[in-house]
Amino acid sequence: MPDPESRPPARPQPSRRPWEDREAAPFVRLEGLSKSFNGTVAVDHVDLHIYRGELFAILGGSGCGKTTLLRMLAGLEIPTSGRIFIDGTDMTNVPPYERPVNIMFQSYAVFPHMTVEQNVGYGLKKEGVAGAELKQRVTEMLELVRLGGLEKRKPDQLSGGQQQRVALARALIKRPKVLLLDEPLAALDRKLREHTQFELMNIQDRLGITFVVVTHDQEEAMTLATRIAVMDAGRFVQIGTPTHVYEFPCNRFVADFFGTINLFASRVTQVESGTCRVQSDEAGADIASGDAGGQAAGAEVWIAVRPEKISISREAPVVGGFNVLKGVVWDFGYQGNRSIYRVKIASGKIVQVSTQNRVRSDARAVEWDDEVFLSWDPNSSVVLAE
Amino acid sequence: MRPASAGRATHDRLWRAWVIAAPFAWLIVLFLIPFVLVFKISLADPILGQPPFTPLFGAVEGAQGSWHVTFDNYRFLFADNLYLYSYLKSLKVAFISTVLCLAVGYPMAYGIARAARPWRHILLLLVILPFWTSFLLRVYAWMGMLGKQGLVNTLLLQAGLVDEPVSMLYTDFAVYIGIVYTYLPFMILPLYANLERRHRDLHEVAADLGARPLAVFLDVTLPLSIPGIIAGCMLVFIPAIGEFVIPALLGGPETLMIGRTLYDEFFFNRDWPLSSAVATVLVFILVLPIMVFQHYQVKETRMVS
Ligand SMILES: Nc1ncnc2c1ncn2[C@@H]1O[C@H](COP(=O)(O)OP(=O)(O)OP(=O)(O)O)[C@@H](O)[C@H]1O
Ligand SMILES: [Mg+2]
Repeated sequence: MPDPESRPPARPQPSRRPWEDREAAPFVRLEGLSKSFNGTVAVDHVDLHIYRGELFAILGGSGCGKTTLLRMLAGLEIPTSGRIFIDGTDMTNVPPYERPVNIMFQSYAVFPHMTVEQNVGYGLKKEGVAGAELKQRVTEMLELVRLGGLEKRKPDQLSGGQQQRVALARALIKRPKVLLLDEPLAALDRKLREHTQFELMNIQDRLGITFVVVTHDQEEAMTLATRIAVMDAGRFVQIGTPTHVYEFPCNRFVADFFGTINLFASRVTQVESGTCRVQSDEAGADIASGDAGGQAAGAEVWIAVRPEKISISREAPVVGGFNVLKGVVWDFGYQGNRSIYRVKIASGKIVQVSTQNRVRSDARAVEWDDEVFLSWDPNSSVVLAE
Repeated sequence: MRPASAGRATHDRLWRAWVIAAPFAWLIVLFLIPFVLVFKISLADPILGQPPFTPLFGAVEGAQGSWHVTFDNYRFLFADNLYLYSYLKSLKVAFISTVLCLAVGYPMAYGIARAARPWRHILLLLVILPFWTSFLLRVYAWMGMLGKQGLVNTLLLQAGLVDEPVSMLYTDFAVYIGIVYTYLPFMILPLYANLERRHRDLHEVAADLGARPLAVFLDVTLPLSIPGIIAGCMLVFIPAIGEFVIPALLGGPETLMIGRTLYDEFFFNRDWPLSSAVATVLVFILVLPIMVFQHYQVKETRMVS
C-alpha cells in the first residue's frame, strides 16, 4: 500500500494547511493505536496527526472502527496498545473526566432528568463554576446554538434537532481542546443536516476548537472537513483534503467510496515524465494519464475516471488516438441539474458519464441508442495499483 | 372500504373496552365489594348474636324499619389511645423497615445489575430463593436464632463479646430483622429492574464532562433510579404497615402494631364493627402512599417511552 500521505495536494496554501508544514507540531497524535475486543480487532495500529483548529473527518463504512477510535480519544475505551498525545501530553491512561476533550454521541445522550439549562451547564458545574457566571455562560452557549428561550424545557419536550443542539452546546461549553463528534448529524433530515453542517463549520470557526467528526456520509465529510481520513477494517486507507481524496484516490476502495467512478483494467505501456500511456482491453483503447502513480511499464493497473470528467458527443472529438471510447447510449437519467448517461462500449462494459445541464432546453444533444464518443483529458485519468 | 374499517374500529373499541374492563372487574370483585362490606359493618353496633352486629337497615327491637347508622366505632378509635398508638407504631415500624430495606437493597440491586450476565441470573435466583420455603417456617427460624439460647447469642457468648445472653427476641429489633428479611426481595426486584436498564451513554457523557465515578452515580444513576426506589419502598411500606405475623411472633408487648390490634379486636373481643372501623381507617392511611406510587408509575412510563 502506498503511504496514504505521499501525494502532493493540488493547491498548496501553507498558512491554512499545517499538515504540509514539516515544522508544525501536531495537536493530536496517535501512535500505533490498536483496540481489540476479545480477539476482534476494531482499530489496527493507527497513526494519525491532527493539527490545531482542524475540522478532521473520519470516514468509513459500518463497523470499520470509527466509533472505537473516537472513544479511545475520549478515554472511554482503553487502547490495547499504542499511545495518544493531545497538545503534547500523553493522555493514554488519563481517565475521561480529566481529559481536555469532550465527545458528542450519536444518540445525543441528553440527560432526561435535567432541563436544557442543567444539561448544558453540567460540565461547567463539575468544574466548580456556579452562580451568575454559570448562568451567563450557559446563556451564551444556548445563544450560539440558537436554543435561547428553551432553558427550562425537559428533553422530552424537544425535537430531535433541538436535542442534538443541546448535546452540542453541552460538549462545547467547557471549550475542550478537542471536540469529538460521532455521526453528529445522522439523525437529522436532509435539509436540516445541510443547514447544520454549515452551522457546525461556523461554530468551529468562531471558537477555534479542533473538531474530529466521525461520519459514514462522504458528502458530509467533504463539506465539513479540512482533511478526511478514510478508514477500512480498523486502518486508515488514505488521509487528505476533500479534493485530494476525491481527485487523487490512492486505491479503488477510496475511489469508489467517494461517488461513482469508472474503472478499466489496464497495463502500463510507457512512462515518461509528465505522461503515462496504458493499454486497456476493457476500455478497448489507448489511455493517457498525467502521471503514472509510481508505476513502471508493464505493471497491471486500474485506470479510474470520474463520470463528470468524461465528455459525451455524437461527433468524434478532434484530438484522437487516446482517451476516446466509442459506445451506444444504454440508459439515460435526467436529474434536473445534471444528466447521467450509461454508455455501453465495445467490450460490453458500461461507462457512466454525467453532464451539467447548463442551458435550459427541452431537446437533448444525445438520445437513447445514439452512437456516441466518450473522451477525457489525460489529467483526469487516475492510475491505481490496487 | 367504509363498512369494513368501521367494523374494524368497533372491534378495536370492544377489545380496548375489554382490556380496560378486566382489571376493573378484578378490583370490583376482590377489593371494592369486600371493602364496602367491611365499611358497612363498621357503621353498625356490636351485638351478641349471629352475625355479631346490627343490620344497617331494618327493624331493631320492635321499632319501625329504619336506617341504623352509627359513627361510634370511629369516635371510639380516636377516644382510646390504644388505636392511635397502634397506627403510629405501625407507621413507624413500616417506615424504618422501608429505609433499612432500601439501605440494604440498593447496593445489592446495583451490584446484581452490574454483575456479568450469567451471574446476574444466579444472584436474582438467590434473592427470590427464600420464597420457596414457607414464610412461617422462616419466621420460626429467626425465633430460633434470636432466642436466649439461640445461634446469635451462642456465638456472641463464645466470642466473648457479651457476658450474658442479649435479649433480642420479643423486641422491636427482632421485628425489624424479620420485616427487612422478609420484604427485602420486594425492594430489590423493582430496583434491579430499573438499574438493569443501563444508561451507559449517559454515564459516559457525565464522565466525559468531568464527573468522577461518585458524581456520575449521584448525578445520573441515582436520579434515574428514583422510580425504582419509589416502587420498592411502596412494595415494602404498604404490606409492612398491616403486618401481623412478624410482630406477633418476634415482637414483644411494646410492638403493638395495627395488625395485632385488629386481630385482638376481632377474635378476642368479637367486636366486628370496631375492627371493621380499624380496617377502614387503615385502608385510607394506605391510599395516600398508593396514590404517590401511581403518580410515579405514570411518570416512569412516560420517561421510558
Ligand atoms: N464493546 C465491544 N465489544 C465487542 N466488540 C465491539 C465493541 N465495540 C465495538 N466492537 C466491534 O468493533 C468493530 C468496530 O466497531 P465500531 O463501533 O468502532 O464501528 P463504527 O465504524 O463506528 O461503525 P458504525 O458506522 O456502524 O457506527 C465492530 O466489528 C464491532 O462489532
Ligand atoms: Mg459508530
